[in-house]
Amino acid sequence: MVIPAGTCGQASGANDLIAAAEKEILLCGLDKNIRVRVTGCHGFCEMEPSVLIEPDNTFYPQVKPDDIPRLIKAVLDGKILEDLLLVSEEGKKYYHQNDLPFYQTQVRSILAAHEKIDPLSIANYIENDGYSAIAEVLENGAPEAILAEVKNSNLRGRGGAGFPTGKKWEMLANQSNGSGKYLICNADEGDPGAYMDRSVLEGNPHSIIEGMLLGAYATGATAGVIYVRKEYPLAIKHLELALTQAAEYGLLGDDILGKGFSFNLSLAKGAGAFVCGEETALIRSIEGKMGEPRQRPPFPITKGLYRKPTAINNVETWANIPIIIRQGAKKFTGVGTRNNSGTKIFSLVGKIKNTGLVEVPMGITLKEIIYGIGGGPSAKAKIKAVQTGGPSGGCIPTARFDLAIDYDSLVDAGSIMGSGGMIVMDEHTCMVDVAKYFMAFLKDESCGKCFTCRKGTQRMYELLEDISQGKGTLKHLELLKELAEVVKDTTMCGLGQTASNPVLSTLRYFRDEYLAHIEKQQCPAGVCKALITYSINENCTGCGMCVSVCSEEAISGLRKQRYKIDSDKCIKCGTCKGVCKFEAIEVS
Amino acid sequence: MIKDITQSEATEDGITDKQIDALIAKHQTDRNGVIDILEAIQASYGYLPPHALRIVAKKMNRSLVDIYGVATFYQAFSLRPKGKHRIVVCLGTACHVRGAPAIVEEFERQLGIKAGETTPDMKYTLETVNCLGACALGPIVVVDERYYSKVIPTQVRDIINNSHSGDRDTADSHQQQKTIGEAVPS
Ligand SMILES: Cc1cc2nc3c(=O)[nH]c(=O)nc-3n(C[C@H](O)[C@H](O)[C@H](O)COP(=O)(O)O)c2cc1C
Ligand code: FES
Repeated sequence: MVIPAGTCGQASGANDLIAAAEKEILLCGLDKNIRVRVTGCHGFCEMEPSVLIEPDNTFYPQVKPDDIPRLIKAVLDGKILEDLLLVSEEGKKYYHQNDLPFYQTQVRSILAAHEKIDPLSIANYIENDGYSAIAEVLENGAPEAILAEVKNSNLRGRGGAGFPTGKKWEMLANQSNGSGKYLICNADEGDPGAYMDRSVLEGNPHSIIEGMLLGAYATGATAGVIYVRKEYPLAIKHLELALTQAAEYGLLGDDILGKGFSFNLSLAKGAGAFVCGEETALIRSIEGKMGEPRQRPPFPITKGLYRKPTAINNVETWANIPIIIRQGAKKFTGVGTRNNSGTKIFSLVGKIKNTGLVEVPMGITLKEIIYGIGGGPSAKAKIKAVQTGGPSGGCIPTARFDLAIDYDSLVDAGSIMGSGGMIVMDEHTCMVDVAKYFMAFLKDESCGKCFTCRKGTQRMYELLEDISQGKGTLKHLELLKELAEVVKDTTMCGLGQTASNPVLSTLRYFRDEYLAHIEKQQCPAGVCKALITYSINENCTGCGMCVSVCSEEAISGLRKQRYKIDSDKCIKCGTCKGVCKFEAIEVS
Repeated sequence: MIKDITQSEATEDGITDKQIDALIAKHQTDRNGVIDILEAIQASYGYLPPHALRIVAKKMNRSLVDIYGVATFYQAFSLRPKGKHRIVVCLGTACHVRGAPAIVEEFERQLGIKAGETTPDMKYTLETVNCLGACALGPIVVVDERYYSKVIPTQVRDIINNSHSGDRDTADSHQQQKTIGEAVPS
């Protein structure tokens, strides 16, 4: 009985299921017949807390603790509880996890392991082929052979820019090893809305350690640091334990597995700064300084952590390394496209039916992900766009959903791959508001070193704020565009250079929404508060639900009759709309 | 006149040099560890008392301005004391498009403070954060390390009330409120 309990699982109540299952097993003395495995996130977060029964992989979504006793009984009797299965809109029951449309087109070379592995147990990782790649390499392999394998795999860094990992490692290997070289795992995952790195760190921490061991052997690095953001307490806990266990097993430290190879790995915690995901800022943060980026070159590969040669890779990049070494570069390049090999994990969130983590081959189209795996919109409203790449990315409209996703095509479309966040937006999402949101984020997170980034993001935010309040003019649009170009051209690090993307991409694809705000003083999505009013239509049954939740006493009327909203008192918080069961509250 | 800030002054808030020294000794690494030390101080006192920053600067052989720079650069650090209960609302993109701004506003109204502030009775601090990694279940609110998923504005009052109930089991009165109890280590 497998229960996923990553942060997302726990937030939806997985701990109660685990407690119920353990209690039942103990009470009935069933510990010889059934075992509970608590794992990291499997990906289908929308359905959590869920239960997976091995070996048939029967999938039970959104299970309640009260159902656990009869579920356990059914498992022991070899039966399936039909009433707890996931049912499609057409009434089709899904028995096995593999039957779910959510999983069918995925290629889960990284995520599938999360089902098999108890992240708190190194023994469990080893049983599942864990550390076999490093053991084999230390026994029979030369560092050059690993380097060649990674190069041949064409693996590109999963942290956003897509730099070829093999090339980076080769540069590090070529640095002289006088007084040490470093490896860093970038687990800062600052893009809001993206959480694949968290899932891997929580669900399979040893795979990162093994990846870094292989990297160290290939490049001659002597020490490494995993830099994790402090917003991920569970990931930190699992990593700390994994590091201790690996050291106990002789897999970290001096003379690893008795083969004369040494590598020390430690953990550094972030302290809440988006820009620290940028490699030079991250290095400064590990050194205990303010996380301000610096001019490159020199690149970290020549002058990095403590001024020593350093290679930085993203969590997902590291997670791919043991897979490549175990299965060989040839098999790895068999998935994905020519210049973009392997799989990529995306976090599919926002206004979509099946939210969760999806791992797909590179080159799949947005449409396949959003409508196939994601199941389309979560509500009645139509999907309008998808935002990729976090604050450095852009919004791609539905008309371009045939786009095959890889590092290069997304840039052409005015966005970037980024670390893999995919935030789906529907007709109730205002694109001016989205641009404003990102600009607010960026102006707060800009470290302030470059004047044009510090002031440029601030000014772009003010312009967007004006537009969202109906105070914008066509001049505002011109200015926005000009500023966006200037900020792009005159800033030092990736934060500033890409800060304009949210503005430029929404201007490019959703200009009419900007114009509606400016010329008609309207917010078509009904989001920008200064431009909307709430009213109650004839659907109202007079149930009084809205009256009871209105904190401003802005709704009045007689029970069983149509209520009215006093627009002078209304603060447009939307609470009434949220509770109305009759779609009687209108925003215009 | 500029005060000699390196001089240890009388203790504030009952914090003694010895306590801070102990935290520094525990987290100082051969290289530095300033961020870890500040984190430990923040964890112990809920904020970074000025006195503590002075001691850190002196012990670590760094200027106070340097330590102050680090303390103000990172969002995790606060120079002001925090309330007994810490309410964190996620304003990450996924939570934003699912209505998180309305949740923050409702907390602001109910508590009578703005995000980033602490109630005068020192009971609550309201904070916002850019993504907690549970984006699929947004909007997310975390109160004293207990996670609430898919929060709607009408639940806000209950969440505040639950925060000082001390009794974890009563939290599940509403279907969508789930607890994660011991899940998150600090
Ligand atoms: C503002 C900014 C934020 C970044 N945040 C992250 C991050 O959170 N995680 C990450 O892996 N890379 C991030 N990067 C990219 C890193 O600088 C670096 O390119 C990456 O870690 C290299 O790893 P890779 O080659 O495996 O992709 C960021 C870059 C910039 C400019
Ligand atoms: S956006 Fe709120 S948890 Fe990620």
